[in-house]
Amino acid sequence: MIVRFTALIAVVATATIAAPRHQPAAGMISGKVTYTGTLPKVRTIDMSKEPNCVTQHPTPVTTQDAVTGPGNSVRYVVVYISAGDQGAPAATDTVHYDQKGCLYIPHVAAMQVHQPLEIFNDDPHSHNIHPLARVNAEWNKSQPKGAPPIRTSWDQPEFIPVKCNVHPWMHGYFVVLATPHSAVTDSTGEFSLTGLPPGKYTVTAWHERFGTQSQEVTIGGSETKTANFVLTARPY
Amino acid sequence: MKPQTRWMSLVSACGAVLLLAGVTPAPAAAQEAHVGALTGHAAAGKAPYTRYCAGCHGDDGDAQGENAQWIDPKPRDFTLATFKCRSTPSGSLPTDQDLYNSVERGFVTTNMPPWVALTPQNRINLVAYIKTFSPRWRTAKPGTPITIPAEPTATIQSILHGRQLYQRLECWKCHGPAGHGDGPSAHELTDSKDDPIRPYNFQTGSRFMCGTTNQDLYRIFMTGLDGSPMPSFADQLSPAEAWDLVHFLRTLQPLKTRESAIWHEWAATHGAELKPIGPEGGGQ
Repeated sequence: MIVRFTALIAVVATATIAAPRHQPAAGMISGKVTYTGTLPKVRTIDMSKEPNCVTQHPTPVTTQDAVTGPGNSVRYVVVYISAGDQGAPAATDTVHYDQKGCLYIPHVAAMQVHQPLEIFNDDPHSHNIHPLARVNAEWNKSQPKGAPPIRTSWDQPEFIPVKCNVHPWMHGYFVVLATPHSAVTDSTGEFSLTGLPPGKYTVTAWHERFGTQSQEVTIGGSETKTANFVLTARPY
Repeated sequence: MKPQTRWMSLVSACGAVLLLAGVTPAPAAAQEAHVGALTGHAAAGKAPYTRYCAGCHGDDGDAQGENAQWIDPKPRDFTLATFKCRSTPSGSLPTDQDLYNSVERGFVTTNMPPWVALTPQNRINLVAYIKTFSPRWRTAKPGTPITIPAEPTATIQSILHGRQLYQRLECWKCHGPAGHGDGPSAHELTDSKDDPIRPYNFQTGSRFMCGTTNQDLYRIFMTGLDGSPMPSFADQLSPAEAWDLVHFLRTLQPLKTRESAIWHEWAATHGAELKPIGPEGGGQ
């Protein structure tokens, strides 16, 4: 009996180890998001009403709704698969969203519907976190200093602005998507979407000020395709 | 009947069914409202809505009535299904009773009067009707009302502990160190439609937006006023702490309450021991 049980374990273990070899080829889409046009003015945030936050920033903090980098690159653009998704497993890793130095870190968080979201307050004072959802349910919760993280998730795809009423300069976004394939551009405007089985995809880039742009990309096998986006910046 | 004709009639029958499905109104549950023995019907609520409510709330419930541009705070936008006065947790739909109470009570300091002149049947019909403006009433159920345990007797200890909480939870950032509605964030508050909004000023001693009793006060900060800057503190306060905060908040109003009598008697001899509330204060 024991021998049989051990054999069973061995079979299960072998199957578990062997499984990845049979996975289909998966491709990747990567690229860079840049802008043309006139940028809105970047303003310095006045945090003087919250001395704790002033002391956390040795250099003044500027508004984050249009953050650009070298070569006209754009940060905080959400790039995602808007069509052609082949039902990949749901994203289960927890998305972390911090309130620190009276800023939302990251400024834009992309997640899948029902993906766990944890919201932290790392500041030595209170925040109220207020996602202004329209399709999902809007809520507004206080999170004082030292309070445990708020654990939540969203039921419907939606671009949800987030604000703190106590510190009106705090703005962020929860970008809730149907797909598990999404990325937010880094400080060089670059992104990559991985684990894409062969197929025809629509890739969409969304920026809170510069709007939305899409393009078609076909993945043939284990390959990396490039999809660059050029968004039109508007000063207002 | 020839086979072809039979087939055609089947197709047209299916088409008729589909057509009906397309125009079928929402399920009955969203078209009704229940409070006690009263049952409201949305169809019966349309006429009183058009007569009494649409001037501000708009024919489509979108807060775009012809008077809306002149009034402040703005009328509620029923298409969002976000309501300030609820017995249910932040982010959930209110109960029919909550909406019925709001129609009956009105909202002090706003243009919404108490609709006591309407019959209870008319009021419950209106509740059923405003629930037709948002699809959320068809996809989600109202939240479970929060439990409010019996109120303990106010003591100077409960008031002083409530004062600590007022400091620690930073109520003063909006409501002000003395509850005058003049905290450092008060002047920049905006509601969920980016319209300016004022925090409650305890110094006025006025009724609260969502009631007058200590239970109402408990419910206001535990559920939060959705759509406004007032968050829910339900995750931050135990029921005992919440009652302590209620007792302290009552001392901020210029009213002859039991809490303010205890407070003033104590403060007459111990006032100097108190640390101020505010950025520098310890709140005790």
